[in-house]
Amino acid sequence: MSPLLFEAASRNSYILGQTTFLDFSKIAPNIPYILSGALVTLQFTILSAVFGFSLAIVLSIFKISKFKPLRWFADIYTSVFRGTPLILQLALVYFATPQLIGYAIPPLQAGVITFALNSAAYSSETIRGGILAVDKGQREAAQTLGVKYPMMMKDIILPQAFKNILPALVNDSIALLKDSALVSTVGALDLMRRGQVVAAEKFIYFEPLIFVGIVYYVLVMGLTFFAQNLETRMRRSD
Amino acid sequence: MIRVEFLTKSFGKLDVLKDISTEIKDGEVIAIIGPSGSGKSTFLRCLNLLEVPTRGRVYIDEIEVTDPKVDIQKVRQNVGMVFQHFNLFPHKTVLQNLTYAPVCVKGLSKQAAEAKAMELLERVGLEEKADVFPSRLSGGQKQRVAIVRALAMEPAYMLFDEPTSALDPEMVKEVLDVMKNLAKTGITMAIVTHEMGFARDVADRVLFLDSGTVAEDAPPDVFFSTPKSARAQQFLEKVL
Ligand SMILES: Nc1ncnc2c1ncn2[C@@H]1O[C@H](COP(=O)(O)OP(=O)(O)OP(=O)(O)O)[C@@H](O)[C@H]1O
Ligand SMILES: [Mg+2]
Repeated sequence: MSPLLFEAASRNSYILGQTTFLDFSKIAPNIPYILSGALVTLQFTILSAVFGFSLAIVLSIFKISKFKPLRWFADIYTSVFRGTPLILQLALVYFATPQLIGYAIPPLQAGVITFALNSAAYSSETIRGGILAVDKGQREAAQTLGVKYPMMMKDIILPQAFKNILPALVNDSIALLKDSALVSTVGALDLMRRGQVVAAEKFIYFEPLIFVGIVYYVLVMGLTFFAQNLETRMRRSD
Repeated sequence: MIRVEFLTKSFGKLDVLKDISTEIKDGEVIAIIGPSGSGKSTFLRCLNLLEVPTRGRVYIDEIEVTDPKVDIQKVRQNVGMVFQHFNLFPHKTVLQNLTYAPVCVKGLSKQAAEAKAMELLERVGLEEKADVFPSRLSGGQKQRVAIVRALAMEPAYMLFDEPTSALDPEMVKEVLDVMKNLAKTGITMAIVTHEMGFARDVADRVLFLDSGTVAEDAPPDVFFSTPKSARAQQFLEKVL
């Protein structure tokens, strides 16, 4: 028997030999370890969302600027980040840039940079749409009162734009939360990675991975619930 | 004083204003009337550069606002505008609508701006609505707030673009009354309106616009009793 076949056969027999299916008590001692990965995932998501969002505001203002080069820059930026795989972007930041700058970026940091840059590309489109949806009379009212452009954006246009697109932005961050599992590929000890570590250690797969899946699901549902709540509350205030 | 010299405005191939020259003296109230599409709104919006004239010059207090080097925001502080659809800031309360520009543009203290705002709200009978959001107001109340929001900047000029056209009939009077009282204060006003009775009572001069030209420029009693141009005669037959 070739070694490979032998391994497959032994794994088969191992799986078949199990008596109970989904026995979470087997990973009970590892649960705190996995759960602290959820904190890493959340921290990672929040950091990426905050940086991504700030960058998205700047990009969206570029996109509606009268100055063409700014518009070009923002459009090309968005096009590139939307047109290439996220995992490739992550690999470039984590593996390739250290060769360029001579500094090894820690996995989480590389993840936050990549995800912030990436989500800014998507959110800037959402924000641009929100800005354009604000009645142009609002802008004219501010102008006729002598309000300068930056103040008008900050106090009049953006608050109204955000009110309309807040649910969409929360959806963006839900996507971010799920996509964050990709940082496990560069070795960050997030929720996903910790599930894999436990699986590899104990040589059992179902329990840790399904447990991780449940934690993701609960996090996503929590955010979804929050988004729905926001939406109904906003509709009521109109 | 507002002085307009050879003002022309085109949207693409469409010439909306053709070579208009006129003056609005200090303290004067002019009514701008004319058929739909004749360029009334465009004319008004060229005065504060919401529309950039294609050719010609506009002077406000001898400052050429059509000069690209001029600080237009500075000029606009002195030129209030009231729109057909109010354009109140929906995310700010009535009081905040009134205090925002004085604080943010003129650098007034919050207390001073609020005191001034309350005084203005009292003037239009809306002091109880100070802490309400605009969505809670009737159309007539919204427009009165919009008027005092512009007045909070203490402008020397006020431009009105059909301020009562979006209102239910029973609310027109309350807004026109506010404007009548305002006219008495000596502020310079340019009012685009379809309210002929109001124009006759309040205006010092009527500008009748027809396809982008001033077809008639006369005191209201002359204009309404003996219009010279055939177009004005037709128009008045239809609306009176
Ligand atoms: N931003 C614009 N782009 C293209 N065309 C425009 C624009 N604004 C106005 N126009 C055109 O210019 C002409 C004059 O418009 P304007 O709004 O000044 O007329 P008006 O006299 O105010 O009419 P109304 O009584 O209906 O308000 C119209 O034919 C209109 O379609
Ligand atoms: Mg008009």
